[in-house]
Amino acid sequence: MMIRRVWVQLLAVATATALGGAAQAGSTLDKVKQAGQISCGVPTGIAGFAAPDSQGHWAGFDVDVCRALSAAIFGAADKVKYVPLTAQQRFTALQSGEVDVLSNNTTDTLQRDTELGLNFAPVVFYDGQGFMVAKKLGIKTAKELNGATICVAPGTTTELNLADYFRANKMDFKPVVIEKVDELYAAFFSGRCDVITGDASGLAAQRLGRASNPDDYIVLSERISKEPLAPVVRHGDDQWDDIVRWVVYALIEAEEKGITTKNVDEKLKSDDPGIKRMLGVTPGMGKALGLDEKWAYNEIKLVGNYGEIFDRTLGKETELKFERGLNDLWTHGGLMYAMPIR
Amino acid sequence: MATDSATAAPQAPRPPPWHDARIRSIAYQVLFVAVVAAFVAFLVHNTLVNLHRQNIASGFGFLDREAAFGIGESLIAYSPADTYARAFLVGLLNTLYVSALGIALTTVLGTVMGIARLSSNWLIRKLAQVYVETFRNIPLLLQLFFWWAMFRVSAPAPRQAWELLPGVLVSNRGFVYPVPIADPVHHWMLLAFALGIIGAIGVSRWSKRRQALTGAQFPTGWVGAALILGLPLLVFLAAGMPLELDWPELKGFNFGGGGAVSPEFAALLIGLTVYTGSFVAEIVRAGILAVSWGQSEAASALGLKPGQRMRLIVLPQALRVIVPPMTSEYLNLTKNSSLAVAIGYPDLVSIAGTTINQTGQAVEGIAMIMAVYLTISLLISLFMNLYNRAVALVER
Repeated sequence: MMIRRVWVQLLAVATATALGGAAQAGSTLDKVKQAGQISCGVPTGIAGFAAPDSQGHWAGFDVDVCRALSAAIFGAADKVKYVPLTAQQRFTALQSGEVDVLSNNTTDTLQRDTELGLNFAPVVFYDGQGFMVAKKLGIKTAKELNGATICVAPGTTTELNLADYFRANKMDFKPVVIEKVDELYAAFFSGRCDVITGDASGLAAQRLGRASNPDDYIVLSERISKEPLAPVVRHGDDQWDDIVRWVVYALIEAEEKGITTKNVDEKLKSDDPGIKRMLGVTPGMGKALGLDEKWAYNEIKLVGNYGEIFDRTLGKETELKFERGLNDLWTHGGLMYAMPIR
Repeated sequence: MATDSATAAPQAPRPPPWHDARIRSIAYQVLFVAVVAAFVAFLVHNTLVNLHRQNIASGFGFLDREAAFGIGESLIAYSPADTYARAFLVGLLNTLYVSALGIALTTVLGTVMGIARLSSNWLIRKLAQVYVETFRNIPLLLQLFFWWAMFRVSAPAPRQAWELLPGVLVSNRGFVYPVPIADPVHHWMLLAFALGIIGAIGVSRWSKRRQALTGAQFPTGWVGAALILGLPLLVFLAAGMPLELDWPELKGFNFGGGGAVSPEFAALLIGLTVYTGSFVAEIVRAGILAVSWGQSEAASALGLKPGQRMRLIVLPQALRVIVPPMTSEYLNLTKNSSLAVAIGYPDLVSIAGTTINQTGQAVEGIAMIMAVYLTISLLISLFMNLYNRAVALVER
């Protein structure tokens, strides 16, 4: 029962904040090592980002970020407990310590960073909010949406951007707000709403994943917001924050340096001092993070570099066929730029 | 003085305080309260410390900030530029609205079904039984999804809406219907309506007194109805029937003009009413059965017709059995309205949930939700207890 889950979640936070003693004073890394696994908050089901495959294993872009973390910490990619969380549940789950990290298509905003007591790792996916409509309505641009009924998930930046956009353009809309992704898209595809709004990547994924005939729907070309999606950790544990940050940078850096799952063993013999430092041939980086010196090597060996993950889950090797666009390396005109690992 | 000491009962020597049962019981109670208070203080302190440690701002200051999210249906004017406090009020009113309508409809449906279960007509009796056994044995959430899906899946798009009556249309966006455009005469009609009610009450009192004195009966019901409905109608006719309707019409995506009921609201109201009604039916049936058969027989012997027997003899006695469990059902209905979250009706919990998520003020938000439901429940309970006192058996 959904309502029960909402209540349990909310009450869990309340009780956790009320009763939780100084147990969390220990570092998240110690807790994770003790538990033998990372508790990773992922979306409840977006094709390409996080969804269980036919064998019931979680797979997707968000999932691979969790696996990279696991590889860096444990030297094995499967030490992850996946906790599917709706947009409304995710922050409370992180704050209360139910999960150690969110890899949940979460937009980095000032308010979340400050008032919610969160810290954002580097952006792993640059997205923008879009609108999806049925083709038969004959709508070409978002400016024609005055008076539309719009399906939207609560507790997201999407919900706020939507209201902002319509206010800015002096248009009216009627929101239908449903928390569960399944119910939300069922409502849209059955015609309860004229429009559904969300991160454009998510809309494209859901169109392929859920519509009975994907060609009946289009995602309008306008992007009404910036949605930099990033992993999230609790504020106040700098070591854990650092680990997540550099695990993400290492994925990007590996692509830039041309290190892949296939050639990472050869690269161990490379003369490039940068690669030697990163892969732990020259020790120091792992120790600085409080991890094994092989942390980056394991990530790339077991999960792959950023480009490999992207192609495998969202890009050219998938039905989604997303362009790299903003998510290409800075050297190719994108925004992916890792800080130096030294 | 002497008499005083003579009449004074011989006092047993007071035991030491720690052996005095009365003092001990007070001490235990004080101790208990102190422990509870200490526990609460510990919780509050710990919460504040933990919130501070997690760098989460606390306090109710967020209520004054701009909410910035849209709400689908509202009884009062609301725009995303309004504050969180106003959004919260919108949610509260939506909850009260659906609960109040639900309670009224449930009472009617449950009473009818409860009486139908005791009908001497086999078909009516069995139909009522099937209704009760079906709807009280299926979880409410499933029923809500069912009613909601009925609208979404079965009803057509707005452009192909079904026209039930001229201007009354059903589509997957809900019901739309024409509403009268406001006219000054309508205020006078409202006044006439109020006068009609006062008149009807007066007639009823007068006829009761007359019947007690002379035994002569008076058709109170008909005269009352004529007063309540007739007076406004008379005003309406006298003013030359000023009635202009605001018809719903297709404008862009959806219907504009007229009134509208969303599928979410309709599904929630139907679901709550039908579900709770099945429980109320059983309560009503039990209440009627609790009145001994001799009462009905005596009423028949006095020459009362079956309708009068039920209205004048059985129901008044059944009410004192019915009212207390009925209070619980009303409370259940009100609290169950929070299931609205699942189907997207913007009730209190839904809006507070969004607020909590946008601001991160989980503790404050939950405290507000709990306080509101507690207040609503206690108020319903209070009114029902007052009513119960009024209908309770007066022992002479």
